[in-house]
Amino acid sequence: MQVQLTRLAHARSGDKGDTANIGLIALRDEVYPILVREVTAERVKQHFKGICKGEVERFELPNLGALNFLLHESLGGGGTLSLMTDAQGKTFSTALLRMEIEITDGEAQSLEVE
Amino acid sequence: MKQKIRIAAGQGFWGDLPDAPVRQVEGGPIDYLMLDYLAEVTMSIMQKQRSRDPSAGYAKDFVPLMKRILPACVERNIRVTANAGGVNVEGCASAVVEVARELGLAGKVRIGIVTGDDIMSSIDEMLARGIELRNMDTDEPLATVRDRIQSANVYLGAGPMVEALDRGAQVVITGRATDTGLTLAPLMHEFGWAPDDWNKLSAGTIAGHIIECGAQASGGNCQYEWRSVPNLADVGFPIVEASPDGTFVITKHERTGGWVIIPSIKEQLVYEMGDPHEYITPDCVADFTTVRLEYEGRDRVRVYGIEGRPATEFYKVSISYSAGYKAVGTLVYSWPEAYDKAQASDRILRTRLQRLGLNFDQILTEFVGANATHGPLAGRPSPDLPEVQLRVGVRGEDRKAVERFTKEIAPLVLTGPPGVTGFAGGRPKVEEIVAYWPALIPKTEIVPRVEVIEA
Repeated sequence: MQVQLTRLAHARSGDKGDTANIGLIALRDEVYPILVREVTAERVKQHFKGICKGEVERFELPNLGALNFLLHESLGGGGTLSLMTDAQGKTFSTALLRMEIEITDGEAQSLEVE
Repeated sequence: MKQKIRIAAGQGFWGDLPDAPVRQVEGGPIDYLMLDYLAEVTMSIMQKQRSRDPSAGYAKDFVPLMKRILPACVERNIRVTANAGGVNVEGCASAVVEVARELGLAGKVRIGIVTGDDIMSSIDEMLARGIELRNMDTDEPLATVRDRIQSANVYLGAGPMVEALDRGAQVVITGRATDTGLTLAPLMHEFGWAPDDWNKLSAGTIAGHIIECGAQASGGNCQYEWRSVPNLADVGFPIVEASPDGTFVITKHERTGGWVIIPSIKEQLVYEMGDPHEYITPDCVADFTTVRLEYEGRDRVRVYGIEGRPATEFYKVSISYSAGYKAVGTLVYSWPEAYDKAQASDRILRTRLQRLGLNFDQILTEFVGANATHGPLAGRPSPDLPEVQLRVGVRGEDRKAVERFTKEIAPLVLTGPPGVTGFAGGRPKVEEIVAYWPALIPKTEIVPRVEVIEA
């Protein structure tokens, strides 16, 4: 079944130049392997189509149950050059939480997601 | 040696809650107060201020703050680390000395001054020697913007601050120093950590990372269960309670709002994170994949297990340069068909700009209320949208073109779609863009200087 990330994870995002970073954190330990499986760099690149013009890199932090994504060329030049309302990428976190991912019925049951 | 050192964060950026440092000093026991004032753009703003007034160029708020808290700091031996010096560290230190004397603390306070970060005067000589200072993001050599540089400062690490503390400084004032160094330096000084004890230096660095954005670690901007965060009006800023072995607890003063919970710490840990395996500072390379968290009580999260690796041979340089002009104009459209009207208005504006033959490097249109934060992910807005703000920005090298753009916004009220307001602020302001050029420089090129003076 499809479930929206916002029910499984929380997140914080920020900037480094023209790159936005999004830290995606599992709400429960059992969710982390699902994030690793479903929220790939390719999926994130696809999700941010039209927003992220460069590559997406993904790093794993199993110790925190978190993934860190770097979205290159996403902030209209970044810093003071950017004309965007969100030149610092602060709301990329919630934009990622809009993503729908696929979980099995078993996972849905054990996570009590309906 | 003390077995516990409490370092309190007082400012997450220049312009953070003015009373936060006072509350950290008065709200309970602390040993150190760390104040981070410098963002990337701050140095160039300070440079401009100093070119108009040679006594300016530092975080002015720091001086009245010291006036409020210095007596308590002296009485209770709370020491302060602050990168408040900006591009005029000596000027900032003199102002603090003056305040100390006014308060009758002459002879009772030592001020540590860390300089050597400003490399503006040696740039040409370095370029001539083949140190190219290439842009870390674009790989372009600095020579391409040489004539437009406004400031150039190296991010110094904890080392010089440790020396100032070792020599008895009660208040350590730096220019461009890393925000993590402001926390790491007191730990190295108190616990005698060696400059090559990479695991401990990494622990102190990560402690600094957690508290450097102030309340963002203790309930502010917390996405996890945000409705449940207690009493943010009275939010307590974070405190690191560190042990000599490199483990530490993040906490906050009792009877303050906010919360220190594992999710709030995790959110701050991943903030502005690059490759978590190598968080590079002048002091060490910290590995965020080694961080362990556990609860140690209410509003107490213990952090342990941190490992790191040797520091690199380079400092990061923050160079600011003039990069043209920009302006942003806004108008608000109301129901019915607010979004369609705002879109129509944008098309009219762009047609007019084109007919005027104005050239810009970039024109960006956003519809606030529809897509300004999530872009196409927000989907098409409802036709019943009560209102939407049209927000158009332009950027380019030609100041006159940007100025001409600012005259095209308000006329849309009488010459465009109906149901529009929100022009009362007048014409948009033309802003000079000061852009940021990150580069690396060999450490051997830089000589940090430490001076300790008596008030």
